[in-house]
Amino acid sequence: MQVFEWSFVAAVLLAATPVLYASLAGALSAQVGIFNIALEGQMLVGAFAAVVGSYYTGSAWAGVLIAVISTALFSVVLAVGSALWKADPIIIAIGTNLLALGVTGFLLRVLFDVSGTFAPRGLNGLDTMSFLRGVPILGEVFAGQTPLVPLAFVFIVAAGLWLKLTKTGLRLRGVGEHPEASATLGVGVARYQTWVTIAGGGLCGLAGAQLSLGNVSVFTENMTAGRGWIAVAAVMLVAGRPLWLPLACLGFGAAEAFGFRLQGLGAPQQLTDAAPYAITLLVLVATRIRRPRGIRRSA
Amino acid sequence: MTNESLVTRPLPKRFITAAIRHPAVVPLGAVFLAVLVGAVIVAAAGLNPIAAYAAVLEGAFDPRSLDYTVSVWAFTCGMALAAAIPLRMGEFNLGGNGQLVLGGLAAVVVAQLSPLPGVLTALLALIAAALLAGAFGAISAPLATRFRIPIIISTLLLSPVAVAVVSFLVRYPLGQPGAAVAQTERLPDAGHLPSFAGLSYSNLGVLIIIAMMVAFAVVDRRTAVGFEIRVLGANRRFGTYGGVHVGRLTFGAMAAAGAAAGIVGAIIVMSPPYRLIDGALISPGYTFAGLAAALLAGGRPALLPVTAALFAVLQVGGASMERSADVPRQLSDVLQGVVIIVLALRTVLDARRTGRSG
Repeated sequence: MQVFEWSFVAAVLLAATPVLYASLAGALSAQVGIFNIALEGQMLVGAFAAVVGSYYTGSAWAGVLIAVISTALFSVVLAVGSALWKADPIIIAIGTNLLALGVTGFLLRVLFDVSGTFAPRGLNGLDTMSFLRGVPILGEVFAGQTPLVPLAFVFIVAAGLWLKLTKTGLRLRGVGEHPEASATLGVGVARYQTWVTIAGGGLCGLAGAQLSLGNVSVFTENMTAGRGWIAVAAVMLVAGRPLWLPLACLGFGAAEAFGFRLQGLGAPQQLTDAAPYAITLLVLVATRIRRPRGIRRSA
Repeated sequence: MTNESLVTRPLPKRFITAAIRHPAVVPLGAVFLAVLVGAVIVAAAGLNPIAAYAAVLEGAFDPRSLDYTVSVWAFTCGMALAAAIPLRMGEFNLGGNGQLVLGGLAAVVVAQLSPLPGVLTALLALIAAALLAGAFGAISAPLATRFRIPIIISTLLLSPVAVAVVSFLVRYPLGQPGAAVAQTERLPDAGHLPSFAGLSYSNLGVLIIIAMMVAFAVVDRRTAVGFEIRVLGANRRFGTYGGVHVGRLTFGAMAAAGAAAGIVGAIIVMSPPYRLIDGALISPGYTFAGLAAALLAGGRPALLPVTAALFAVLQVGGASMERSADVPRQLSDVLQGVVIIVLALRTVLDARRTGRSG
C-alpha cells in the first residue's frame, strides 16, 4: 500500500512538471502585465528542439540547452511585438501557437521524413536520478525522475522570493502593477517586459524538454496537447503569484495521474483525458465564486 | 488635420500616404509577407517554393476537385463566423472544435431518432445542432461576466471536454458495432442533405452557410444589436457607459458563434459518408483556418468569404502540394500563423491610430 502511494506521488510530479515550468513563465509575464497565452506553442517548440538537439549531438543535456535557446528565440516575436511594438499579445500568441504547430510538423517531415511520431533508435533521454534509489521516501518519489523535476520547484521558489525580496523583483512587479508610475520612476517598462517574456520562453523550453526527453524519449506532433492552456489557467488561478503555482499544478498533475490509474482500471481514455480540463475550469470558477465574499469580510 | 498635411505635401508622397492607409493594405500585406516567409522556409528546406505554390493553386483549382474546394471554403466560412461574431465585440472564441463536434453529435442523434419525413428531419437535425452547440458556446458568457474568466480561456478549456465526450460516445454507446474505425451508423436517408446534380461534395449545406453569412452581415450592419456589438468591440467602457447590456450581448454572441459552428458540424455529418466519424470533424483544421480568416478580415462580414477562400485554397492545395511537390502540408499551418502574427504586428504601421481600450 505504501509503495502504491509513493509511486502515485511520483506520477503526479511527472505530470505536473512541464506545466510548472510553463506556468512560471506565464506568472512572470502576468507580473509585468503581459497576458501570455503563447505557452502552448512555446512548449511544443521546446519539446521538438530538445529531441532534435539530443538526436544530433547525442547528449540529452545539449538537447535541453538547445531547447531553451530555441524557445527563447521563438518567444522574441511575442516579446518584441507586445512589449516594444505594443501589439495585442493575445493575437500574436494565437499566431505563434499555430506557427509552432506548423513549423514542428513541417520540420519533422523535412528533417526526419516522418509524420506523427519521431522516436529514433538511440535517442538519448535525460538520465533519471537513480542514485537516490534505496533512500526511503526520496528514492520512491524522485529516483525515476529527471533532475528537471526538482529543479522546477527550485526555480519557482527562487522566482517567488526574487519577486518578493529583491529590488529588481519589486520593480518587475511595479511594471505590471502600474506601468506609468514605473516609467515615471525611471524603470524601463518595455525592457522588463521584453526580457521577462524571453526568459519565459526559456522556461517553456525546459517544459518542452521535460516532456519529450523526460519520461519517454519521443516527439509527437502536438504532443503538448493543451498543457500550455492548463498552465495559463493555473496562472489565473494563483493570480500570477509563483509561490502558489505548485498547488495549482500539482492539482492538475493529480487529475492526470488519477486519470491514468482509472484508465488502468478500465475507464475509457476519452473521459479521463477530459477530466483535467473540466477540473481546471471548475476550480477556476470555484475560486472566483469565493472572492467577493472574501472582500466583504475584509472590508 | 490629416487633410491639411495631405494638401501641403507634394503629390507623389500624398498618394503614397493615402495608399498606405487604405484598409486593404494591412490584410494584403500580411498575406504577401506570409507567402514570402513560407517561400523562404520551403527554400531553406531545400525544396522549390515556386513549384510548391504552383501545386497549391493547381490542386485547389483543379476542375475535378473544385467541388471539394467549394465545400471546404463553406466549412471554413462557417467556422470563420464562429470566430468573427465574438471578435466583433473584442472576444476570442477558441472553442470551435468542441462546438463543431457537439453540432455533429446533435445532428446524428436527431436524424437517427426522428420519425418525421425527409425535409423536416434534416431541418430538425440542423436546429438541434444549433441549439446544443449554441448552448455550449453560451456557457462562456456567464463565465466571463460573472466569474471574470476570459472567454478565450473558458472556450479553450471547454472545447477538449466536448471533444472527448463526443469521441467517447462515438466509440461506445453510439458506435457502429464491429466497424474498423470509431463511427456512428450511416444516417437514414431522411438525414441526408440534398446534393446538387453531378457534384459529390458541395450540397445544400453550402447554401445554408452562405445564408448564415448573409444573416451575420445584415445583423452587423443594419441592426441595433450589431451596432452595440461593434461599439463594445471598439471601446468596451464607452459601450457600458452608453447603456449596452454587456452580459446579454456576450451571451447572444457566444450562442450565435456556437450555433454557427454546430451547424457546420451538422452539415458535415449530413453529407457523405453520412456518419459521425471520430476525429473527422476536427482533423481538417476548419476551426483555426476559420479563426485565421476571421482575424484577417477583422471580423468584417463582407471580407470573410474572401479570407476564408484564401485559407480554403491553402488547405486543399496543401494536400496536393504534399503529393506533387513533396512539401509537407504543415506549411499551411505555418502560413496561417505568420498571417496572424503579421496582422498583430501591424501596430508598427499604424502607430498613429489610437489603440484598443483594454
